[in-house]
Amino acid sequence: MSGKVTVLYFARLREAVGTAEEQITLPESITNAGALLEHLAASDDQKKFAFEGQDIRMAVNQEQATPATPIAPGDEVALFPPVTGG
Amino acid sequence: MPVRIQPEPFDAGAELMALTSGRPDIGASVTFVGQVRELSGGTTLHTMTLEHYPAMAQAELERIEAEARARFDIQDIEIIHRFGDLAPGDPIVLVIATSASRQPAFDAANFIMDFLKTNAPFWKKEHAADGSHWVDAKSSDDAATRRWDR
Repeated sequence: MSGKVTVLYFARLREAVGTAEEQITLPESITNAGALLEHLAASDDQKKFAFEGQDIRMAVNQEQATPATPIAPGDEVALFPPVTGG
Repeated sequence: MPVRIQPEPFDAGAELMALTSGRPDIGASVTFVGQVRELSGGTTLHTMTLEHYPAMAQAELERIEAEARARFDIQDIEIIHRFGDLAPGDPIVLVIATSASRQPAFDAANFIMDFLKTNAPFWKKEHAADGSHWVDAKSSDDAATRRWDR
């Protein structure tokens, strides 16, 4: 498990990316959620396209996060559009 | 159970009864029920699918509930949010706030719904005759949450 983060996608972002969940090996240079998002877009054209122009919200370990939120191996990072419940 | 996330419908009256029976300390109860509206932006809805992020939805609603208890003089709070496939008229969300007198109950119910709308990880997908689409978040909801800033 060490060295990997779980990335979850929801709603229209899940559909555009084409998966709900994946394991990503975390390069040592990536230490926050924003850098992970850039890494995902840079390594996969479908994700780059899915993220483009979207208002993407994030959570780290089930808590709201910002691009500056630190991430480490074993974390669960979720990416999703603005919420619309209630 | 103060926070429940479930596919099943709920009975707001039964929930209110369960929360308040044998509680003479409660002088006021505010019950909010959100339902699926048939008309959405000019199109007639057939059904709606509510997607959620289970672990975070539970944690986030519990955080909102704890914040409401810290801010308002509340006796009890109950929050139920549904997920899955819903039809027009179906209940989506229930918030009950109880207090000794009315104002904290009104304020807490309002506060919880404002934060639930902008922070709880649920997403609505509407299905109509012309196809399916994800509902866009409203800036008016963000504004409603910001008025609680302090």
